[in-house]
Amino acid sequence: MWDRVILFASYPGSIRELVFEGFREAVTDAGVTAKDIDASVVCSAPEYDKQRSPSGILAEYLGLNPQPTFYVETLCSSSSTGLKLAYSLVASGLHDVVAVMGFQKMSEISSAESQERMGRGADIQWESPFGTMMPAYYAMYAQAHMEKYGTRLEDLAAIRVKSATYGQINDRAVYRKPVTAEMFADPADIMAGPVASPLRVGDCCANADGSSCIIVASEEKARLFCKKPIWILGFGTASASVNLTGRDLFTGLRAAEQAAAAAYKMAGVGPGDIDVAEVHDCFTIAEMMAYENLGFAKPGEAKDLIQSRETYREGSIPVNVDGGLLSKGHPIGATGGSQIRTIVLQLRGEAGAMQVKEPEIGLVHNIGGVGIYGNVTILCNQ
Amino acid sequence: MSKPKKEADVRFGKFGTVSFTTLTKVNDFIDHLENGKVMATHCKTCNTTFFPPRADCCHCLSSDMTWQEVSGNGKLVTYSRLKFAPMGFDGDLPYCIALLDYGDYRVFGRLDSALDDSEIRIGMPMTTVANRLPNGQLNYVFKKA
Repeated sequence: MWDRVILFASYPGSIRELVFEGFREAVTDAGVTAKDIDASVVCSAPEYDKQRSPSGILAEYLGLNPQPTFYVETLCSSSSTGLKLAYSLVASGLHDVVAVMGFQKMSEISSAESQERMGRGADIQWESPFGTMMPAYYAMYAQAHMEKYGTRLEDLAAIRVKSATYGQINDRAVYRKPVTAEMFADPADIMAGPVASPLRVGDCCANADGSSCIIVASEEKARLFCKKPIWILGFGTASASVNLTGRDLFTGLRAAEQAAAAAYKMAGVGPGDIDVAEVHDCFTIAEMMAYENLGFAKPGEAKDLIQSRETYREGSIPVNVDGGLLSKGHPIGATGGSQIRTIVLQLRGEAGAMQVKEPEIGLVHNIGGVGIYGNVTILCNQ
Repeated sequence: MSKPKKEADVRFGKFGTVSFTTLTKVNDFIDHLENGKVMATHCKTCNTTFFPPRADCCHCLSSDMTWQEVSGNGKLVTYSRLKFAPMGFDGDLPYCIALLDYGDYRVFGRLDSALDDSEIRIGMPMTTVANRLPNGQLNYVFKKA
């Protein structure tokens, strides 16, 4: 498995051109050509696109006709779900080499329009008419977590401060400036601006344009083409009620817990075996809950994990040492592929300034909507 | 001669500041709201109560439902006060979205805009009350019990 990602605050081209950039990097890195790829999986959240059925136009533009192409959508975790589909296609013997392409072009609409579209990733009949948006849903989880466990605003800010530490050294990140705890403490600072209580501007990731591409191959083909293939050890995927009325947990994401348990079981490893992780930090509270849902911390103890800096690069479980979505930006359909890219580079020892010391097993946690779709993928380098 | 076109039942278009749904089999919810009642549906076959209301039971596959009023107190599970709104909701700012737990079911909605932050406590008992919005649309809000 090999992969590449391209992220832009605003990409000066069309969707097919944006996807071409990620695709070109991935096939070049993998040493394959379009002819070697016998199926493609395209992943995005379709409400941003004018182009209907993007898999068709992308297969054409990338020279992937007449091979079959599939379209997969699970909101923000579309490309993790696409990866699982590609794995299934290869593991079943139906195909040998599958390209998984995630993309999103979000910069052509305003932030309010984007919030309205993303808000419609909730229950449009019974929730959206109240004026819902993604930050407010995650804010409800933050409120419940703070109430039950005594998590403080300072603990949430500490997640963003860590993120910015690595965003500054990731040349693919959209937000590359330093962020400090003092900025959150200063009401006049943009980071401290209220969005949806208790979340502030600095607790939220930004929209971005981006594309990612992962090449998935059978073991035989991977050994033939690639010098440093990375192996898929386990997948876990789960779903939860869209409407919050159907949920029984508000201090964590049940679908993430269930996906993690399934992924650990399939991989035959536990949380203590993970050397480096990418978690879905669309909001600071989302990374907090991920620590607990993945078993890196007990429920309520995520704040201690961040405050003791155990999730920094030198800590016991480095998390989002590429700056995460909080720094990279969050191009919905491309995001899962971007997280996979970071873990692939880490496991190959090619992560440059962000490199963790000799990791062997890595984990990706990618969430669609507000915990509707949970995806956990475990990778290893031998 | 062509048959007269049957008028579509678009009552649900009145739900919330902006409704994203017009046609639904649970349109009577809106009539109940007009009459000051917030209703759940109850499956006559397996006795499950659903909020939000649904026309079909996923447990026993029956569509034989009856309306049941959301009454008594629920407990505030969590909430958030919005300072930014999605397109179409700016005029309502600031407002709080929230979730109440009634034991057998939960209700997602808005807190009464008259409530001050200092009065809001997770776990507090609240009631669900039908509400008319300034633009003539209908919704419901949670008030202190």
